[in-house]
Amino acid sequence: MKDTIRLIVVLTLIACGAGLLLSLVEQVTRAPIAEQRRQETLKALLAVMPAVDNSPDADTVSLVVGQDKKGRELTRIFYRGRNRGVLAGLAFKVVAPDGYSGTIEIMVGVDPEGTVTGLEILAHAETPGLGSKIEQAWFKNQFLGKSLDNADWRVKKDGGAFDQITGATISPRAVVAAVAGGLEFYRKHQAEVAADGGGKK
Amino acid sequence: MSLLKDFSKGIWRENAVFKLVLGMCPTLAVTTSAENGLGMGLATTFVLICSNIAISLLRKVIPGGVRIPAFIVVIASFVTVVQLCMEAFVYDLYKALGIFIPLIVVNCLILGRAEAFASKKPVIPAVADGLGMGLGFTLGLLVLGSMRELLGTGSILGIPVFGAAYPPFLLLILPPGAFITLGFLLAGMNRLESLRK
Repeated sequence: MKDTIRLIVVLTLIACGAGLLLSLVEQVTRAPIAEQRRQETLKALLAVMPAVDNSPDADTVSLVVGQDKKGRELTRIFYRGRNRGVLAGLAFKVVAPDGYSGTIEIMVGVDPEGTVTGLEILAHAETPGLGSKIEQAWFKNQFLGKSLDNADWRVKKDGGAFDQITGATISPRAVVAAVAGGLEFYRKHQAEVAADGGGKK
Repeated sequence: MSLLKDFSKGIWRENAVFKLVLGMCPTLAVTTSAENGLGMGLATTFVLICSNIAISLLRKVIPGGVRIPAFIVVIASFVTVVQLCMEAFVYDLYKALGIFIPLIVVNCLILGRAEAFASKKPVIPAVADGLGMGLGFTLGLLVLGSMRELLGTGSILGIPVFGAAYPPFLLLILPPGAFITLGFLLAGMNRLESLRK
């Protein structure tokens, strides 16, 4: 019995010490980590938008896009890029749920009329060497200048306007569908997105 | 003298990658480039030294019955420290190593040194052991990463060496390349050893 208590006490004390150490480190690293994540988002934003002179990550509108399985609201953040205060471009993140392995997160940049100005793949788990080619410039660049009105948002294999990747049709199909969905959502909510101070800050 | 031995055995004679063949999961998975190998090796070294110190200090307090859970708590704490620090200060490397940072917890090299060495020896030899083993592991990952990067992409540490005319041997960057490269390295080292005898 005495031995058992000793086991419990020692392990508890070690766990407490570990907890203390971790809370200290977490406190020190919290601000730098938040800054790194902000920088990463900002880098993706600036890559997909036309040249802007504000910080798009500080000028955002959140709109409800739907509900998750538990009935909570899912929101989509629109980042607004401005030149001398005039709306020059927007960016938003779409998630393709039907990648070959897992979801694909994409940052899409559009001009105020809804024409794509840039595309960045933020996260994916597609097969290296095949589906992962969605990260390459030639694939991303074919979206430039495309809008809902001037392109058929399907891969060529399905009769659309976008090149698929040899040996990997599922990943491009997922990306094209997700971007098209994002553009449609933008078209429906264009006024709310562009409104000054509109939506929730 | 014996301190030096504690340190140097990890570099060559009991090298974790080439002799003990321990910690193969990170060894095979993250060595797609020299930089990744180096980063993973140094992160592991840091965890190894810290956990060796902590476990050596606590060796008389920890009862045998709960030593494994106690070791794991200690190791997991230091891994989380490394993870938070890397995310805060070397974000690109953190992104590249991804899931393999938290997996340092289950690197059997670290638990192995805690069980076989640190839990039986005073702090100073435990530090020497951790440093030696860690650097040996780093060396192994760096060699493997350099070879795969050099042959697979024609550059080293991101700097092109072979020029644009070199056709990259992509296979070596992909997972099978890790096994093939390690196999050739092990075979080469065994040959060297047998020649010396």
